[in-house]
Parts: sequence; C-alpha cells; structure tokens
Amino acid sequence: MTRFIVIRLFQTIIALFGIVVIVFFMVRISGNPILFMVSPLSTQSEVEVLQKQLGLDKSYPEQFWIYLTGLAQGDFGQSFVKRIPVTEMLGDALPNTLKLGIPAFVLGTILAIALGVLGATRRDSFFDNGVKFLAILGQALPGFWLAIMAVLIFSVTWQLLPAAGMGGIEYYILPVGTMMFFMLPGMMRLIRSTMLDVLDSEYIKLARIKGLPERTVIWKHALRNAVISPLTVAGLMLAGLINGSVITEYIFNWPGMGRLAVESTFGRDFPVVQAIAILVAIMVLGMNFLVDILYAYVDPQIRYERT
Amino acid sequence: MVTGLKVKPYKPPTTWGRIIRNLGMILPVAVFAVLIFTAIFADVVSPYPYDETSLPERRMPPAWVEGGTTAHLLGTDTLGRDILSRAIYGARVSLSVSLLAIAITAVIGTTLGIFSGYTGGRIDAFIMRVVDVALSFPPLLVAMLLAVSLGPGFFTVVFALSVLGWAGYARIIRGESLRVRNSDFVSQAVINGVSTPRIMLRHIFPNILNILIIGVTLNVGTMILAESAMSYLGIGIPPPMPSWGSMVADGRNDLDRAWWISTFPGILIGLVVLSGNFLGDWLRDKMDPRLRQV
Repeated sequence: MTRFIVIRLFQTIIALFGIVVIVFFMVRISGNPILFMVSPLSTQSEVEVLQKQLGLDKSYPEQFWIYLTGLAQGDFGQSFVKRIPVTEMLGDALPNTLKLGIPAFVLGTILAIALGVLGATRRDSFFDNGVKFLAILGQALPGFWLAIMAVLIFSVTWQLLPAAGMGGIEYYILPVGTMMFFMLPGMMRLIRSTMLDVLDSEYIKLARIKGLPERTVIWKHALRNAVISPLTVAGLMLAGLINGSVITEYIFNWPGMGRLAVESTFGRDFPVVQAIAILVAIMVLGMNFLVDILYAYVDPQIRYERT
Repeated sequence: MVTGLKVKPYKPPTTWGRIIRNLGMILPVAVFAVLIFTAIFADVVSPYPYDETSLPERRMPPAWVEGGTTAHLLGTDTLGRDILSRAIYGARVSLSVSLLAIAITAVIGTTLGIFSGYTGGRIDAFIMRVVDVALSFPPLLVAMLLAVSLGPGFFTVVFALSVLGWAGYARIIRGESLRVRNSDFVSQAVINGVSTPRIMLRHIFPNILNILIIGVTLNVGTMILAESAMSYLGIGIPPPMPSWGSMVADGRNDLDRAWWISTFPGILIGLVVLSGNFLGDWLRDKMDPRLRQV
C-alpha cells in the first residue's frame, strides 16, 4: 500500500509539473502581454520600463525558473492589472467561493441521494417518472439560463429574493440553488440506477429473507453500496462544480474565484488566470489522487494491478 | 404436453404504432433537420439580417404578447434587432462550432483509444492517466486560458472545446477495443501476419463503430452546452455575430423590461440538447442494448 501511494504521489507531482509548464507557455503563445496593457501611443522606453517592472524582459527559461521558485513558496506573482500579489486576491476570493460551494455540495448530495433512492424504490411510479423527467430536462437546459429564469421569476416578478450581490441568508438562496443544479441531475440519475442494480443483488435478498425491516435494507444495506458509485465520477463532479461556480458567481456578481477568473480573462490579467488554472489543477489532481487511494484501500486488486 | 396455452397471434405493427414507438428518433431528427436547414440557408430564411438595428423598435415583445407585431415574431432586443433572425444565425454559429469540435475530438479520441486499448501495457496506462486528468479539468477554465492567450474567435472556441473533449472518446473506445482485442478473429489476424495498423483499422475499428456513433450523438448536447456557456461568459464568438449563449447574455440587464430576449435562445439550446440526448439514447437502445440505462 505504501508503495502504491508513493508511486501515485510521484505521478501526481509529475502531472502537476506538466500542467504548470503547459499553462505557463500557453499564456505566452500570443506574444508579449505588455502590448495589451499599454496604450498604442506609449513610447518604446515606457514599454521597456513596464517590461522590466514585471520581469518580462528576461528570457522564457529564466522567467519560468523565477515563476517556479515563487510557486514553490506559494507566490503566484503580481497581478498585471491591480499590481497587488495574486495570492492576496485569491485569499480574498476563495472563502467566498467556498461559502457557495460547500452548501451547494452538501445540499446537492443529500437531495441527490434522497431523490435517487426514493425513485429507485418506487420504480416507474408517478414520483419516479416525475423526478426522472426533471433530471433529463435539467441536464439539457443550460445552467446560466435557468439561473436567469430564476432571477426573472423570484427577483423581478415576485421580488422575493435579491438578484445579485452578497449579504444575508436571502442572498444565498438563488446562487446556492444554481450551483447545486450543476451536479444534482447527473448525480441523482447515477444513484438511482446504481440503487436499482444493488436492490437486485443477492445480499439484499438475503437481508430481506433475514427479516430485516425494509427501511434498514434500503437505507443501510443498499445505500451503502450505491453511494460508492458517485466516487468513480468524483473528478467529473468536481469539474462540474468548478464550472458551476464560474457561471454562478458571474451571474450573481459574487466576489469569488469564478468571477475573478472571468474578470481576469477580460482584463487579460495573465498571472491571475495562470494562478487560478494551477490552483484548479492542484485541486483536480489532488482529488484524483485521493480517489485512487480510496479505491486501492477498498479494493486490494487495484493496489497490485495498476502501479 | 402443455395444453390450454394461449398464443397471441402476431399482429404486424400498424404505421401509427411504428411512428409512436419511434418518436424518440423522429422528433429529434426533425428538430435537427429544421435547424440544419435554417442554419445553412439562414440568408434566405431569416426575415432580417442578424445585425440590423432599429432604435424605434427596441424591446418589442413577441407577436402574441400585447404590443407585439407579427413583423417580429419573437420580438426584438435592446438594439431593436429581430430575435428570430438572430436565433437563426445563432444556430449557424452554435452548430458549426459544435460539429467541428465533435469531428476533431472524435477522430483524435478514437485513434488514441484504439491505439491505447490494443497496445496495452505502460503506454496504455500512461494515456489513461492523461485521460483521467483531461476529464476532470473544468472546460470553462481551459476556455478562459485560451481566450486570454489566443484572443476570442471561432477557432479559439473550437480549440477550447477540443483540447479536453477527446478524452471522453478515448476512454470509451479504449474499453471497447480492449474487449475486441481478445476475440478470436483478432488472434487469427495476428497469426496470419496482418500488420498492426491494418488490424486496428480493419478489424478493431468496424467493431467499435456502433459505440462511436452513439458517443458522437450523445456528445452533441455536451458540446452545444459548453459552447453556449462560453459565449454567455463572453469568451465565445465575438459580437455582433449572434450565438445562443451570447443572446441569453444580451438580455441579462433587461430582465425587468424584456424577458423574451434571454428566454427564447435558452429554450432553443435546451431543445437541441434534449434532441441530441434522446437520439443518442434511441440509437443506444437499437444498436447496443447492453448499455441500456434503467
């Protein structure tokens, strides 16, 4: 097991390094970022001064080395636009993203499990078909559009909830709902179909023959085995949540990482976009690493097979 | 001897019965037929040019709402541009971007998937690690990174959709070719001295074609959604060229005055994605019942 973890950790670090290299050079393909920052009227010497200030006058390998050593110390460089350390901007934005992301994830998971299990145990009932229909519709409609429709109904027409911004609990309802929507339909369908498979298995029959109450059979024996399935797509779900937070924060003007990413994209603030991409890469790779370890822990076959 | 067994006489399905049973295919195909037709002949079909502004006719409601006229069936936007016309031209953008991206990702993903599954070993393990990472990387972020570095435009969007999109194909196709590789006819071909590229192309590929077709169909919805999200955020096709996503964004600040600007393009996106998903499910049930979802 230790050997497996070490090998996986090593692979993860190599992958991360690869992504850092790709990201670093990708933001530089288009040439000199300075040209987007200065007015067309500025003189050559002005451009040079600015270049020197931002460290862009050095060669690419040199710049990369400086960036890499900074990165190792947790320094993402300076924002081109705001001229403050990127780390500071990320530090302000990250808690706000988590304030939406964590409730959305927790509520979404609970709802997905509840609806999935209830659907599977009442297969083809009115309830099951209704939930299935909503899930299919939910997967087809764009999240940003549904969010706007929610604003149209709850904020504009009924004037119940604020349309954007941050504040008391009422400011959380629409954004959290929107974020949740990015994972709920898929996860619910997955849990429902795994649950149907599980309910068909021998050990569930045994549990029933033993005379266990139906509630214990479903919510304990069956559910425990069915909730493992979303783990296989944990990476995909994380990607969905990150996508979701970009769109949600942009729509509701929520000062988190997602909005920061969009704003920096428009402002061509390379260091910020670069930093967010690398941070996300760390999250994604870390998630994959954890899931792998968890799997190897659960299933010894993997430990020996896939090293 | 079994007696008293009642056998229902076989009744050939009526035409209507057949139509109803295959509604899952007919409706989506009809939607795509209409959309592709209007997208190609947008210049002829569309009542107005997509960028014709008319300030006196700003924010006209759709024809069936009070104050609307049949001159602008779906109303007009903030600049007085006809929403129906823009939706028709938007179909052109959304479909061409998505289809091009699907073609690119399907070719790359299939090639890598067959190669990976057939070769096996360390190469396979490596390719699948890359696939894992690509699949769990949020596409919108990559799109933003590319928009920053290349600047927004048609090919940036296609590139952004393709950079990660191949991974899904590679994973499915790899699994299938792993299965096909172990069949007798492949061993026979190896014994007969058939070259490896030829085995991949002539023996493996035809056997994974079904899965590929299903995958491509199901991918239409994903691509359309991804493209619309990019244009919604303003990192898609630059204005004034309309895309359904950017049309939704156009109406964002007018929700209190003109709900129709954002509403209709979103319904269109949903309709297309739903059609693609239904068609994919239908194909899967017909071509590969193993994969049927409950």
